[in-house]
Amino acid sequence: MAAVDPVLNLRGGQKVRRRRLVNRVAEAVALLAALAAIAVLVVVVWSVAKRGAAELSWGFLTKDLPLFGQPGGGIAPLIVGSAILVGIATAIALPLGVLTALFLSEFAPRRVAPAIQLALDLMNGLPSVIIGVFVFGLLVNQHKMSGYAGGFALSIVMLPLVARSTQEVLRLVPLAQREGAMALGASRWRTVLGIVLPSSLGGILTGTVLALARAAGETAPLLFTTAIFANSLSTNIGNALPNIPVQIFIWSESADPEDHKRAWASALVLMLFVLVTSLIARLALVRTQRKFNR
Amino acid sequence: MSTVSATAGLTAARRRVRDWLGDRLLFGLTLLASLATVALMLGIIYKILAGAHSAFNKFGIAFLWERVWDAPKNIFGALPGLYGTAVTSLIALVIAVPLAIAIALFLSELAPQGVRAVVGTLVEMLAAIPSVVLGLWGILVLGPFARDHIEPWLHSTLGFIPLFDGTPGSSGIFIAGLVLAIMVVPIIASICRELFVSVPQDLEEAAFALGATRWEMVRGVVLSSSRPGIAAAVILGLGRAIGEAIAVTQVIGAGWIIHSSLFSTGDTLASRIAGQFVGAQSDLQTASLFYLAAILLVIGLVTNLVAQIIVRRFEYQRAGAE
Repeated sequence: MAAVDPVLNLRGGQKVRRRRLVNRVAEAVALLAALAAIAVLVVVVWSVAKRGAAELSWGFLTKDLPLFGQPGGGIAPLIVGSAILVGIATAIALPLGVLTALFLSEFAPRRVAPAIQLALDLMNGLPSVIIGVFVFGLLVNQHKMSGYAGGFALSIVMLPLVARSTQEVLRLVPLAQREGAMALGASRWRTVLGIVLPSSLGGILTGTVLALARAAGETAPLLFTTAIFANSLSTNIGNALPNIPVQIFIWSESADPEDHKRAWASALVLMLFVLVTSLIARLALVRTQRKFNR
Repeated sequence: MSTVSATAGLTAARRRVRDWLGDRLLFGLTLLASLATVALMLGIIYKILAGAHSAFNKFGIAFLWERVWDAPKNIFGALPGLYGTAVTSLIALVIAVPLAIAIALFLSELAPQGVRAVVGTLVEMLAAIPSVVLGLWGILVLGPFARDHIEPWLHSTLGFIPLFDGTPGSSGIFIAGLVLAIMVVPIIASICRELFVSVPQDLEEAAFALGATRWEMVRGVVLSSSRPGIAAAVILGLGRAIGEAIAVTQVIGAGWIIHSSLFSTGDTLASRIAGQFVGAQSDLQTASLFYLAAILLVIGLVTNLVAQIIVRRFEYQRAGAE
């Protein structure tokens, strides 16, 4: 027993122990990094929740914005305005994105597809402040800030996201389904509208919801397009619409602690909306992928 | 009998027309949408360059190394913004890249299946936090904390380096870098995770079979075979950090200056645009801000293109290896 076989030493020597130690340390570092990321998420969410919840009330959600320097008030105009802006953005980006993705996956010749794909990818990587400057130059410069300018700016954020997620779902539709439809004598458009789109509808919707959640939190595209607004409820998209992100930005830059409280509460509302919708959409997305992979 | 075949013939002809029309219509519609998308992207580039035109005529390329930004005297230059952008993004990458790679390794190689899904989702939720909310947290929570704890510590231990010399403040370049790091980590981590997961399983198993520990396998197989992909992920993260306007504006404290200390306030290209665009006093100032936007646009397009070229080549390589 005591005599160790000199050739087959399974216990390992100094070197093996060092290698194991290095391995342990590396694993611990990876674990710690993951924990750190989660810790940051928890700290941010907790900070916003704690400070925001103290200020949040039914009145805060339903009243008009406070007049300058006065206490109280609420964010009803911001919620309505943000909803309208995101609505406009979705109305533009959804059809445009889905149709572009359809063209890319069903019709585009090999030479043309890369150019369109490139435009989408570049648009996706565009700093959002550039979008704000662009829409300012296009729609605001000679006129005035407006809801439709803001909505259009947000649609540029959404468009590549919608197109990308639609492309991904379309890619999941089995080729056999398309071929089956063709073999039965169905024409191209019937195949697309009757087979391809319906089976990818769920994926397209969740992709759109994800894009919508992203757009709802964007500030930079709105900063030059719909940022100077009245403090009461407004639904006229010809005028600048109050919206949550820009108002949080304004309040966060203010020196008044009351404004900071309002900023926290609005941030809580915005964050809850964005996190909950994107979480639900993500779960739905996983389910669609599983459905196709079966 | 004859009537039946006649109507059948009629409907077949009708169907052919309808299918012909439907095919053309759908094709035309999707083509139109694609053209609109491309036109929109080209329009953005055109409009930004056109807006910068008068400033470019006045200052030329020297705008890039001019340090003054004086609205009443109508002198504008980009250098302090370029400096602020470079330094904040660099801080963000120095912190975020090792962290993101470690997270991606944890998610792809280490974590049990159930933990993977949960932690992966949480990391992606970090990316979903709106930048204005992160900026609010940055200025009211992180800023004071950094001023009271992180910066004094850096100052006392590394103060002999000019970068860490200076008075700690609750807003400035360093804090902007920290906030950007938080925004960049999930982006790099999620791309790297996909990369690591797609490393061929037999290569990993071969390394284990040769007696490698997990870390040796990761270093020798996973990391070394994904190096170009990691580079692309870092470049995409860099693009994001360079372009972020809102959160940076909130925490950087504004100031068109070049100061050796990281604790000093400053400005990036994006934060100057966000901070001054609406209140611009002259057409030349607006045009100069467009000029800053044009610089930002060019950097954004270049980083994106470079990342894509790397990815294309890399995918080709990996596909060839299999």
